[in-house]
Amino acid sequence: MSGEEFVPLSLTPLLIGVFAAIACALPGNFLVLRKQALIGDAISHVVLPGIVVAFLLTGAISTWPMMLGAAGAAVVAVILIEAIRRLGQIEPGAAMGVVFTTMFAAGVLLLEQTDTSTVHLDVEHALYGNLESLIWLDATGWSSVLDIEALVGLPPELPRIALTLVGVILFTWLFWRPLKISTFDEGFARTIGIRTGVLGMALVITAAIAAVAAFDAVGSIIVIAMFICPPAAARMMTNRLETQIAWSVVFAIISAVSGYVLAGYGPLWLGGADAVSAAGMIATMSGLILALAALFGPCRVRVGVQNSA
Amino acid sequence: MLELAAVQGVSIEDQSVAGSPLAIRGLTVSYGQKPAVFSVDMTVQPGAMTAIIGPNGAGKSTLLKAALGIVSPLSGQVTVFGKPLGEQRARIAYVPQRASVDWDFPTRVIDVVLMGLSRQLGLLGRVRARHKAGAMDCLHRVGMRDFADRQIGQLSGGQQQRVFLARALAQDADLYLLDEPFAGVDAATEKAIIAVLKSLRESGKTVVVVHHDLATVTDYFDHVFLINTRKVAEGPVAEAFTAETLQSAYGGRLATAQIDQISRALG
Repeated sequence: MSGEEFVPLSLTPLLIGVFAAIACALPGNFLVLRKQALIGDAISHVVLPGIVVAFLLTGAISTWPMMLGAAGAAVVAVILIEAIRRLGQIEPGAAMGVVFTTMFAAGVLLLEQTDTSTVHLDVEHALYGNLESLIWLDATGWSSVLDIEALVGLPPELPRIALTLVGVILFTWLFWRPLKISTFDEGFARTIGIRTGVLGMALVITAAIAAVAAFDAVGSIIVIAMFICPPAAARMMTNRLETQIAWSVVFAIISAVSGYVLAGYGPLWLGGADAVSAAGMIATMSGLILALAALFGPCRVRVGVQNSA
Repeated sequence: MLELAAVQGVSIEDQSVAGSPLAIRGLTVSYGQKPAVFSVDMTVQPGAMTAIIGPNGAGKSTLLKAALGIVSPLSGQVTVFGKPLGEQRARIAYVPQRASVDWDFPTRVIDVVLMGLSRQLGLLGRVRARHKAGAMDCLHRVGMRDFADRQIGQLSGGQQQRVFLARALAQDADLYLLDEPFAGVDAATEKAIIAVLKSLRESGKTVVVVHHDLATVTDYFDHVFLINTRKVAEGPVAEAFTAETLQSAYGGRLATAQIDQISRALG
């Protein structure tokens, strides 16, 4: 494929897919180790009431209020989950289940009560996103990457997810040591002065921001898959957290690129006519990578379980 | 000293607070309806080895966790070397119960020991050769030097406990608090741990251990603190570790506990 074709049609969706995958996979590593991986699922559901409330308040479908509404709902959900988990002393999965089903249901009711004829919130969009449609029509080839005029025409999702990714990377880098220590041994972490409650909250809020930014561009399927599959697969490749993070990023990139390419061309290679959903294929690829890691990964055997005494 | 005590609201007469590595006053902790620890006073003696003993569910671990700020008490105050806990974190090392963490965590033995240096390293400080050498030295003291590069899940229970102790040694503290370090470990590990703790005492450090094995109390410790939600007794082993205090701490459970312990002590 020539640059004239690739840059306007495929470069931006590919980059958005890759950035979204990495932004979710990075915090996903800690969430999986803390047995909070379901938080991605929770966040992508609670986004609905947030979007509806944002619409009710502004009366218009515009990106920023909806993003803010979604992020606000995610933060509320995260606080509720933590509160229920700590006050009720139940496992995090149960607390998440209670919160996200209730908030999602409230979102559905709220949506019903509003004038739905003017609201266009369809389920398909929420699930698959619109990755393929995030094209860059102002681009004419590779030279456009340096052309300010053409860059103005970039789909707004790209700078948004890129900025989110930078934020996620900064958070992970800056709080690497406390994150690692408190994930492994929360009690010890507190005795050395790490504020584990605040840090845990910051982690899920970071994940929530990544989820909302990714959700906007690529739909909830990728969000849920990227929080879990690359980190879980990476865990089976190594016994060191540093290496695990690197593997999870590699797996996220492979899933995004191979998923996007296969969705666009796979059906044609197989003699079919239409392309399939890129988001669906990216999520499928991440699941496939997880399956391969589970079958062949060098560290898939959990030695710790055998040491009961 | 007097001024300091006054600032913290501790009564000026109570000079033992200022001189104690760990002084607890009126501590009450509750998980739900029933208090786990009720109105407990404790004054740890400097340079001594103190055992916290009591029946299961008596609040031993909770007392330790509240003293460290891991759980928040309903009331009470904790003073570490005469100052509030928050100012003295660098002088405290803590060994949690081994079962409280997931040993499947992707990290190596040496990395766990290096966690003990994290206050020193700060947020972004690099681990340098001298830090590594220090951590290796701590591993050597617990007989685990050869295991530095192992994944922690590959260790036996006793080895895991020694790694936790090595991490506490790396903290280079003045007060060591250990929660059930002898639970489920092999005899060699128990010997290694007690040797390290005694060497800490020799160098003037204070050691407090939540302990469950009544048979070894007189061998290992100078002081005991008996608890059953409330404080039962506190003092030198010869005074506070008696049939009466045990009876009042363990109640009806003592009979079985004692038979068990004595038969074990006789081998």
